Amino acid sequence: MKKGIITVVGKDKVGIIAKVCSYLADKQINIMDISQTIVHDYFNMMMVVDLSSSSSEVGEIIDGLTSIGDEIGVTIRLQLEDIFNSMHRI
Amino acid sequence: MINLFEVNETNNMILNENLDVRTITMGISLLDCAAADMKSFNDRIYEKITRYAEKLVQTGEDISKEYGVPVVNKRISVTPIALAAAATRASDYVEVARTLDRAAKAVGVNFIGGFSALVHKGATPSDLALMNSIPEALAVTERVCSSVNVGSTKTGINMDAVRLIGKLLLDTAERTRNLDSIGCAKFVVFCNAPDDNPFMAGSFHGVGEPDVVVNVGVSGPGVVKKALENCRESNFEELCETIKKTAFKITRVGQLVAQEASRRLDVPFGIIDLSLAPTPAIGDSIADILTEIGVEYAGAPGTTAALALLNDQVKKGGVMASSYVGGLSGAFIPVSEDQGMINAVAAGALTLEKLEAMTCVCSVGLDMIAIPGDTKASTISGIIADEMAIGMINQKTTAVRIIPVAGKAVGDVVEFGGLLGYAPIMPVNNFDCSRLVNRAGRIPAPIHSFKN
Repeated sequence: MKKGIITVVGKDKVGIIAKVCSYLADKQINIMDISQTIVHDYFNMMMVVDLSSSSSEVGEIIDGLTSIGDEIGVTIRLQLEDIFNSMHRI
Repeated sequence: MINLFEVNETNNMILNENLDVRTITMGISLLDCAAADMKSFNDRIYEKITRYAEKLVQTGEDISKEYGVPVVNKRISVTPIALAAAATRASDYVEVARTLDRAAKAVGVNFIGGFSALVHKGATPSDLALMNSIPEALAVTERVCSSVNVGSTKTGINMDAVRLIGKLLLDTAERTRNLDSIGCAKFVVFCNAPDDNPFMAGSFHGVGEPDVVVNVGVSGPGVVKKALENCRESNFEELCETIKKTAFKITRVGQLVAQEASRRLDVPFGIIDLSLAPTPAIGDSIADILTEIGVEYAGAPGTTAALALLNDQVKKGGVMASSYVGGLSGAFIPVSEDQGMINAVAAGALTLEKLEAMTCVCSVGLDMIAIPGDTKASTISGIIADEMAIGMINQKTTAVRIIPVAGKAVGDVVEFGGLLGYAPIMPVNNFDCSRLVNRAGRIPAPIHSFKN
């Protein structure tokens, strides 16, 4: 399974999760876990997603999420999960 | 499963603390390109380099994007040209340097290393041809890096080469006078040069290496500095633990990128070089780590001890993160590429002599140091000889990358641009050493080289 981590950071507002989720559904990307915190109106979310059934290239999905972020004024990143596993798991 | 805290920690290192993978360097053997005439040799090396490295830059950029970590440089190292080109029996290798430069530009890498010679015991006619071509080669090319290994613990120091290089450096400086003698910034003289170093300017593809290999250099002084900000009141045990843990995390990212690059390029993975390599960016400084450990400026008493500690912990943390550690691995202490070092020089805290002492305990040597353009060739050779002696006796790699900036004197500042940064001209001890330097031959191998 090819897993990715999506992080969304920015000022909280209506519809952030909705936008991201509908884009992911469109790309056949399954969401496996979501966690989020809001500190002082600051929205910080992380999603674990399964990229293996998507027919799009990872780079293309990253670009798509970046432009959604630009649209709604938050920072959205998608990174392959391995970078976090490498750093934090032995 | 990975949690939000861990994700934020990693991304904070990348976004705010300058964590990056400094270089993916593809080593390519040119030994099978040997030819009796210069044109065939040039055609063959151009063809081989551009074929092997065709996808290097794109692969590096893809990995960078997909993992969200910058891969700053994509580079190539090749077999020392003095070996690969020897069959041409040419007396001038400038044309080869031009070919390397063309190949580098064709595949989009920013440096290609290996315009090099290994002369630690003596020079062949090909080695001499290469060394004598260095000043012009570095002046007429943009991306070619050159190095000469003049000593080793096993063989001693070839003082004839040391003497010659003093003169070559002044010539190189003069030929690139209008660019602040930048030619000298692309040349390194080594003792105990490693065969698999991915960092420029001293990278070359050693003779014991496979046909092609991928080596990765990690970085991250900013991350270590940030981690140590929470250790101001800590004892040495906690301090060292923090450096080790941070070095481990940094190196693991490098290991991942290296394996992924190796897989995607279908090229064997060689080594991770777990060096802390600074850049001129604010906060990406080795000197700042030393001040965080507890000296006012790099160069203050205690600096060598702090650097020894840092270098050792970086290695201890890093070796657990990768099974194949090599290259230079340690802390780099270049002057022009490190804002904290520049500040220390400007404040009068850091001298050439202190830097020399620091090189006894860190990974390389006198690096990116600008000195007055009117420094005598024999003085430059003397500085090189001292540094080589440190490497020879301590069984470690040492190097000198020193720039006698033509037309500049102490008090001036030179600007090299980009990753090479800028530097104040440092004063040199001008007492004469020409009688030493002018002695012919080599310094014998030290007693502890006889380990058989």
